[in-house]
Amino acid sequence: MSDHPHEETGSGRTTSPYAARIRAIEALLLEKGVLTEPEVQDSISYMEARSPANGAKLVARAWVDPDFKEILLADGKAAAKELGMEPEHPAEFEVVENTPEIHNLIVCTLCSCYPRAILGRPPDWYKSFEYRSRAVREPRALMREFGFEPPEGVEVLVHDSTADVRYMVLPMRPPGTEGMNEEELATLVTRDSLVGAGVPRTSVRIG
Amino acid sequence: MTFEPGDRVRVLPSEKPGHVRTPAYLKGKAGWIESLIGEFPNPEELAYGHSGLPERPLYRVGFRQTDLWKDYRGLAEDCLYADIYEHWLEPERGTT
Repeated sequence: MSDHPHEETGSGRTTSPYAARIRAIEALLLEKGVLTEPEVQDSISYMEARSPANGAKLVARAWVDPDFKEILLADGKAAAKELGMEPEHPAEFEVVENTPEIHNLIVCTLCSCYPRAILGRPPDWYKSFEYRSRAVREPRALMREFGFEPPEGVEVLVHDSTADVRYMVLPMRPPGTEGMNEEELATLVTRDSLVGAGVPRTSVRIG
Repeated sequence: MTFEPGDRVRVLPSEKPGHVRTPAYLKGKAGWIESLIGEFPNPEELAYGHSGLPERPLYRVGFRQTDLWKDYRGLAEDCLYADIYEHWLEPERGTT
């Protein structure tokens, strides 16, 4: 157990000092009656009911329905409600569109702000110090390491979600997907592409 | 509102301690008002159990990456947007 190359991003490990600290704080909050066990469970269920699949549904619908796309870009929460999602969360939800001219990348340099009400918990790398600092400092080098490089001449626009807005990227529909239906299109939309750290797959993954 | 879209602004180089939502790398940097997002309770008060009222205007502020980092590697057009509260902004009168 001595080899942990990703120690910094390993805060989710149940044996990490962070997890131990959180367990201690939770126990104290329960003991002092600030929280109840059912409230903790409700909160866990709330988060686990959300996933990047919600983002993929929003994106796939926007790709096939221009009217829906307009709503999604103008009022993200209204669009999410239209697809049966429950984005009630104090924060605003804004969707930014990738175009042939602009590629968007989302980060929260201060902590790990993320549209949790839609997408659930952010990936561990999104919370790492490395991602948070490099996304603003050298976004192009960072994206290359994710296996993506914006085509020549494309402007990179970084959104640092420093306050009350949570951002999601509407990626471009991959070429060659004209024959796909909405469900198939949704399977192309990766979690990374919703943050802008990558782009959607170009073909349906089997299995 | 104090600012309109397109106005040149500078982020105050304040060292105010505590729960501030203005990242250090933007302090003292010049950019422009992209849009007014709305008014929200002040997070610097909310974080300590206060009401955060009155609500404060929150702006989307745009910066050119080459203005943020001297050795930025990318296009001159590459930009960064951050959401900054009005009380962290002052009018920019320089020529940058």
